[in-house]
Amino acid sequence: MDPIVVAKNLTKSYTKGLRALDNVSLTVDQGKVLVVMGPSGSGKSTLIRTFNGLETFDKGELNILGIKVDSTHDERKIQKIRRRVGMVFQQFNLFPHLSILENITLAPVHVQKRRQIEAEKYGMYLLNQMGIDSHAKKYPSQLSGGEQQRVAIARALALKPELLLFDEPTSALDPERINEVLDAMRNLAEQGMTMVVVTHEIGFAKDVSDQVLFMDSGKVIETSPPNIFFSNARHERSRKFLNQLDTY
Amino acid sequence: MKINQKIFLQLGISFIFFGLIGILINNLTINLIRTGLGFNFSWLFKPASFALAEYPLPYTSSDSYAWALFIGWLNSLKVVISSLILATLLGTLIGFARTGKNSLLRLISAGYITIIRQTPLLLQLMFWYFVGFLGLKDNMFIQIKNIFNISNQGIEFSGLTFSSEFLALLLGLSIFTSAYIAEVIRGGILSVSQGQWEAFRSLGLAERKGLIRIILPQALPAIIPGLTSQYLNLAKNSTLAIAVGYSDIYAINDTIINQTGRAIECFIILLVSFLLLNLLITNTMEIINKLILKSRKYS
Ligand SMILES: Nc1ncnc2c1ncn2[C@@H]1O[C@H](COP(=O)(O)OP(=O)(O)OP(=O)(O)O)[C@@H](O)[C@H]1O
Ligand SMILES: [Mg+2]
Repeated sequence: MDPIVVAKNLTKSYTKGLRALDNVSLTVDQGKVLVVMGPSGSGKSTLIRTFNGLETFDKGELNILGIKVDSTHDERKIQKIRRRVGMVFQQFNLFPHLSILENITLAPVHVQKRRQIEAEKYGMYLLNQMGIDSHAKKYPSQLSGGEQQRVAIARALALKPELLLFDEPTSALDPERINEVLDAMRNLAEQGMTMVVVTHEIGFAKDVSDQVLFMDSGKVIETSPPNIFFSNARHERSRKFLNQLDTY
Repeated sequence: MKINQKIFLQLGISFIFFGLIGILINNLTINLIRTGLGFNFSWLFKPASFALAEYPLPYTSSDSYAWALFIGWLNSLKVVISSLILATLLGTLIGFARTGKNSLLRLISAGYITIIRQTPLLLQLMFWYFVGFLGLKDNMFIQIKNIFNISNQGIEFSGLTFSSEFLALLLGLSIFTSAYIAEVIRGGILSVSQGQWEAFRSLGLAERKGLIRIILPQALPAIIPGLTSQYLNLAKNSTLAIAVGYSDIYAINDTIINQTGRAIECFIILLVSFLLLNLLITNTMEIINKLILKSRKYS
């Protein structure tokens, strides 16, 4: 079976001379969870945002679900990728003027042209899975952060994606709300969802991930299984980073 | 101590305000006595005895001044409302282009906005009238089976006739206002967080769909006040109709002042007419704003 994500030598600079991505290569196989870690500004967001075309890149190649994109940023291909890849953001980015259920049915109805009733039925099923079906008629501002993030996950799942991208999904949450979101993500991983997760949650990375990719200054420093990365990281830079994380 | 100061300040301001009004009323009375006309509106019901180029309701020169003024008000209303609609459509499109992804469209719309905003409206009206319409031949090249005919007389479209004066004013006002509306729309769009764009894009929603379904609804609260003020400007700018010879309320008022010398009464009428027109616009926008806020159960 072909890998879900293959990145080859991705390189990108926002400003000349400063590389946000520097020759990044990686592979994510079907059903695997890749956790991306690294200090602030190391290029984690930039990396996963190239996977669904929210960010362009200058050099290298990307193969997402068999769709190849390069620095020309072919809009048609990117559109195809976006229909098959879901994304969850740090700030949830729910649509505040739409109800919870409308947030979820928007893409199925307007992108996949599914019938409203059908989309609502599946939407309710997803909300139920996330344990928030009682909020379907409410608006995002009426929900807690943890609930909002679970709605965001349900929204990303509504298109039945083959790959899910998470950019620090718990960083904007109160500590007591973090677990409800991590649990939902654990369930997804158990059901075999392929995921790339940018996070600082060591517990989650240890339990759920298959590989941990550590970045610094746009470069991949190392990619290791979590048991090795957290107990016996290969690189000095990784160990330093983990020590700093521990002190929090 | 502080409260005392406030009261004195307010008393002082009131004193100056009413003093100024007193002086104005005094001047007015003296002027009225001097002209020997006295202040009354009974002349309104005498025959106007001037012809009007266009009238949405039946009008002949034997109709009263009052009726002529009402026709003028309707003419104003007609050009203001149609310009308002056209300017909004045009301004929205240009505002979209200005904030869109296509760099050529961005450049063109920026150029459009700059040129239109940097030249006087009067000049633009003259341009549309003298170059745009009077420049056309008597019977133009574009005549499609008596359904559509464009000439220096204006445009005829399946039985409806639009004079070149009306069209020049419509075009001039719409294009001028559209440049300002485009900036209002742009400001509104920029007020919506970048995260909303990323969210709809990552769901595979096309740019145009996302703009209309996600961004615009959230931009409206920031757009409506700016839009209202542009509409009010448009209404006031419509008095430049006189430059292209369109019989709006202002132009007809002008004729009547020349005929009757009733400058003060006419100015009061003009004032009230515009107050009515602008109250109509403000209240309509207020209602729209309330509807939008009501539909936003969140916030
Ligand atoms: N839109 C942008 N314009 C210019 N520079 C940017 C932009 N976005 C990111 N950068 C720069 O690119 C580099 C990588 O940023 P990125 O957001 O990918 O880091 P990150 O690892 O996600 O950091 P954080 O943990 O703070 O989210 C940083 O130096 C950042 O300043
Ligand atoms: Mg980031």
